[in-house]
Amino acid sequence: MLGITSYGAYVPKYRLSAETVAQVWGKRGGKEERSVANYDEDSLTMAVEAAWDCLSPEVRAGVKSLFFASTTSPYREKQCASIVAGALDLPNDISTVDFANSLRAGSNALKLALDSVKLAGGQALVTAADCRLGYPQTPQEMGFGDAGAAISVGSSGVIAELEASHTVSDDITDVWRKSDDEFVRSWEDRWVITYGYEKNIRAAVSGLLKATGHKPADFSKVVMYAPDARSHDALAKALGFEKTQVQDSLLSKAGNSGAAHAILMLAGALEQSAPGDRILFVTYGDGADAFSFKVTEDINKVKRPLGLKGNLASRKPLSSYGKYLTFRNLIEQPEEFVRAFPSATVMWRSRKWALRCHGSKCRKCGTVAFPIQRICFECHSRDDFDEVRLSDKKGKVFTFSIDNLAGTPDAPVVQTVLESEEGNARVYCLMTDCESTEVKVGMPVELTFRRFHEMGGFVNYYWKCRPVRG
Amino acid sequence: MESIKDKVAIVGMGCCRFGENWEQGPEDMMIDAAYEAYEDAGIDPKQIQAAWMGTVGAHWIGMAGLPVAEALKLHGIPISRVEAYCATGHEALRHASLAVASGLYDVALAIGFEKLKDSGFAGLGVGRGMHPVMEIRRTSPASFALAATRYFYTYGLSMEEGKRLLAKISVKNHKNGALSPKAHLRKEVTIEQVLSAPIIASPLGLFDCCGNSDGSAAAIVVRADTARNYRSDPVYIKGLGQAQMSMMPHTQPGYHWTGFDPTKFAAQQAYAQAGIKDPRKELSLAEVHDCFTITELVNYEDLGLSHKGRAKEDIEAGTFELNGPLPVNSDGGLKSFGHPVGASGLRMTYELYKQMQGKAQMPQRQLKDPKLGLAHTLGGHPSVSCVVICGKEKG
Repeated sequence: MLGITSYGAYVPKYRLSAETVAQVWGKRGGKEERSVANYDEDSLTMAVEAAWDCLSPEVRAGVKSLFFASTTSPYREKQCASIVAGALDLPNDISTVDFANSLRAGSNALKLALDSVKLAGGQALVTAADCRLGYPQTPQEMGFGDAGAAISVGSSGVIAELEASHTVSDDITDVWRKSDDEFVRSWEDRWVITYGYEKNIRAAVSGLLKATGHKPADFSKVVMYAPDARSHDALAKALGFEKTQVQDSLLSKAGNSGAAHAILMLAGALEQSAPGDRILFVTYGDGADAFSFKVTEDINKVKRPLGLKGNLASRKPLSSYGKYLTFRNLIEQPEEFVRAFPSATVMWRSRKWALRCHGSKCRKCGTVAFPIQRICFECHSRDDFDEVRLSDKKGKVFTFSIDNLAGTPDAPVVQTVLESEEGNARVYCLMTDCESTEVKVGMPVELTFRRFHEMGGFVNYYWKCRPVRG
Repeated sequence: MESIKDKVAIVGMGCCRFGENWEQGPEDMMIDAAYEAYEDAGIDPKQIQAAWMGTVGAHWIGMAGLPVAEALKLHGIPISRVEAYCATGHEALRHASLAVASGLYDVALAIGFEKLKDSGFAGLGVGRGMHPVMEIRRTSPASFALAATRYFYTYGLSMEEGKRLLAKISVKNHKNGALSPKAHLRKEVTIEQVLSAPIIASPLGLFDCCGNSDGSAAAIVVRADTARNYRSDPVYIKGLGQAQMSMMPHTQPGYHWTGFDPTKFAAQQAYAQAGIKDPRKELSLAEVHDCFTITELVNYEDLGLSHKGRAKEDIEAGTFELNGPLPVNSDGGLKSFGHPVGASGLRMTYELYKQMQGKAQMPQRQLKDPKLGLAHTLGGHPSVSCVVICGKEKG
């Protein structure tokens, strides 16, 4: 059996309301909201988050490849999948591949993941995330949302079996960014929808139906990429699906998250599925992919840390449009004076703790320290420790300070010393995604992989903590 | 192991006016401090046989001992740069004292300075350490504020109670500093002003933080047996302690965050050398490192001046006020006198020295016949401490 073995979602905590945006531009806003990545997040960190949500012990044990799909990769030259794999503390002897450039990058990765598992067995973990910018005052400004999604596939522990898939490829300059564009461009939407979205999806779906012999009524859920709510509804109807079959497009809750969007919707569909359900999964972007999945009994065994539902519920309105601008680095600000020694070699040397979040646990006295210490704090034993992973352990705030001096686009900075449930290791970190007035000694926190700065000309990632979500 | 007690003496000291010395470069301030010290000791610069220079930021002024050699034209003698974060000034004094005690030199100069106000920003800036990400947003106030939060939590003080307690320390030091002509922030403040000041790093507000100042201070150290050749009222070194802890107590397993262990260790060393059994009773005055009000509070306990967890009782009783049984920071401390990092330890020693000679500037501030004084610095994150004990009399 070949198919989906797990799924995960990540929607950043902050939401920008249509009303807030409309106020700025002197327009009337609706009730919808979109997700906004914090200033310390990007597609890579959101992919890591979604992967944590997906990464069951079985997937971790069998993982043979990690794919990262995004149209907003933080690097043009340098692989991101390897960074994602490192942050997830996956072994080095796996395939890591980046998929880019197309809104279909996520399902491109999924399709190849299924093929690779078919050939080589094991588990393949697909992560997708996007953080696209719509021009100010266009529908895309509110229509896009930042999010990540993950899906793992394998030949054992399958929760949704792959029945068939069908793909079409098409060259159409409908929505695009040149390599130096910051904002998404598009041609006239009547043409984009009719000759891009509708035509390609129709071709992929009819090819799939023909191959399987299924009729629209045979599907419990239709998970279909949605550029906007109206086009999505209209196409579903035209393809012969009832409203009850159509999976929530999330457009009014989180926005369109690009390469991650359809996979995020699929996570939502799987979350609500029962054994025997049949899911039609359709993605779009320079062509279309259609997949048919049949949900198995194992769906009942799935335990998500948070899932899409939990991610959507864990939300906080962004207080102003100004916050959105600073989070997305869209306005110029005075240069901060930060004393820093950026160094690719130092980051590389400290990868076991700075990237993989390992501490050292002394084999003699059991003391756990973070970062890794060669000489034990307590018993002075030398190089006699086991590495322990702290990233997936919870902790409690031991002490903290709300620092108005430390800067960042999300000031004040909550400086935190936390005590990990892993051997009471102390971790010094910044707290993110939090309301500073809510921070208390003893508050439960979890670790999250974040973007720190670009000094040295490269993206420096490291760990922060945040109040436990959900 | 021998004690430093009564082996060396200070026979001259100088201290420039601390503050935002926009019109002075580090060399100007060093000249002010050193020439006051030469004059006080009655010596000629040519008599200096070796010097120890303490500064934290010398890398952008000049490396080695060159800033001192250049400013004071002390050519042809050994000059060493020492650095121990905020304990730097004391490190210069400690090394000069050890060298003189060894018999290698008869007259040594210890000089500390810092020029903070050429940086273009207020405070000591953001970011610490050498790792590209770990301490990238760390600031000094927040590192010490971590102790305040945990101290309040451990001893059951509400935010309001804790802040009010700290405010009393600020009010005391400002009151003392207002009487110090060379202090940076010479004005009194009220509890209400302290409590309503903007928060820098919770729970610490603006008036819980010391002044970021420019300044320099210097001492002339000689062998104790020759001290009276220079003056009738030398001040003798009784004990010199120094201890370090983790570079980052933030990551030290089990660290309590209700005090700073380097202070305890350094004090133990210095008390043992000086033969002090009960510092609270035996000391006439103390200059303690009050970079932040919480630091002064935990110093009381770490130095054994207050019982652990009970500094509150002493603060409320006025124990450490100028007219109390054990005046602390009679010159205004870092809070009010200012904190040019590398100079501070020597500035504190300057206060002990002047008080013991009965020469405190402004008579309202002169303590009655002080005989034994302690000066304490604490530096790093915090990670290193020096304790210097001085006495008026030999033996």
